[in-house]
Amino acid sequence: MLLSVSDLSVSRGGRVLLEGVAFDVQAGQAILLSGKNGIGKTSLLRTLAGLQQANSGQIDVPQNAVVYSAHLDGIKQALSVVENLQFWGAVFGRSNLDAALETFELGDLRDELAGALSAGQKRRLGLARLLMSGRSIWLLDEPTVSLDLASVSRLSRVVSGHLAAGGAAIIATHATLDLNGQEITIDLGKFATTKSDLAASEKAFL
Amino acid sequence: MSALLVRDLKLAIRAGGGFGLALAFFLIVIVLVPLGVGPEMDILSKIASGVLWLGALLACLLSLDRIFALDHEDGTLDLLVTSPLPLEAVIMTKALAHWITTGLPLVVVAPLVAVLLGLPSNGYVWLAISLLLGSPALSLIGTFGAALTLGLKRGGLLLSVLVLPLYIPTMIFGSEVARRGIEGAGVQTPLLLLAGISFGTVAVLPFASSAVLRINLR
Repeated sequence: MLLSVSDLSVSRGGRVLLEGVAFDVQAGQAILLSGKNGIGKTSLLRTLAGLQQANSGQIDVPQNAVVYSAHLDGIKQALSVVENLQFWGAVFGRSNLDAALETFELGDLRDELAGALSAGQKRRLGLARLLMSGRSIWLLDEPTVSLDLASVSRLSRVVSGHLAAGGAAIIATHATLDLNGQEITIDLGKFATTKSDLAASEKAFL
Repeated sequence: MSALLVRDLKLAIRAGGGFGLALAFFLIVIVLVPLGVGPEMDILSKIASGVLWLGALLACLLSLDRIFALDHEDGTLDLLVTSPLPLEAVIMTKALAHWITTGLPLVVVAPLVAVLLGLPSNGYVWLAISLLLGSPALSLIGTFGAALTLGLKRGGLLLSVLVLPLYIPTMIFGSEVARRGIEGAGVQTPLLLLAGISFGTVAVLPFASSAVLRINLR
């Protein structure tokens, strides 16, 4: 088992959104999080990534196994495509730059300034960073936003390849990704709560 | 770590990076002071060391909000926090990049523009030494202030109000080193205190900043 969550309570801005969240992720498995806007998909992913503290509950995950991809891709407009990826490669200590570029068909754009890319190309650059991380658990927040259909199916193939190599992924998405039946969809609606908790808001502040 | 430093320096010198901002502001202040105060060399040379330090401090303040704001806006900061780099080291590196792009140019330029203020010749060395020793503290304290005000849109006012009081000791001992150097008095005491402030901020503030940053990113 790569990642295990039990009885997790997640809040945003002092409002408890999700309670009693529990699931396990095995190697080679993807979890698709579904649920309406504002239900707490992003907050849950940020909690799993360690950017946010859980109100209660437990997350069991090996150290340095998680890589997070947010709505924003962390792309520096003034750097070229290759410089952007080189930086993350150096941060994660990896050098599979050309493979990452090829996987998301960015080879022709390698020397372009990232600021000159289209929204979809920027997203592909952000996703290429995942490959540079070499980490086993991918946390993806709406990875298909601004991707065209061909890029969505490419993303499906990349995630499938990652799963086949023993990785795992937790993906918040409204699009359908074809992951060869390796995916489990979790509807966050069943964990939703509308409770407003003072103790939680104090914790969120501290 | 070196990748982050190289990236920050690259970003600073490319378009929109704001590398020259602090330097230009500093030059403007120093050029305008003689025009405002008047041409009496006696008065100018007396206030020169204080004005140079004040100019350096304000120039430093001007560029503080960029330390984290840009990385926060495009999501890089979230990704850096979840990367294998320790957050304290990320903050130390960002403070170092800020010092190299703001503090260091001021150290180099200050003795040159000191001519405009008629700084006595025996003061140049001490001015440079005091800025060299004190400006890292300005960058580190400023990084802490930037971490505190992260996420506040146009939080420049709050940042200034928070950071300026923390700058006061650095400024007092820094300009005291230069003033005593000019008068030929012993500089050891303010010099040691200035070094103490700088080393103290290096030791403490990266940890304080990283704690604050983690809270602000939630």
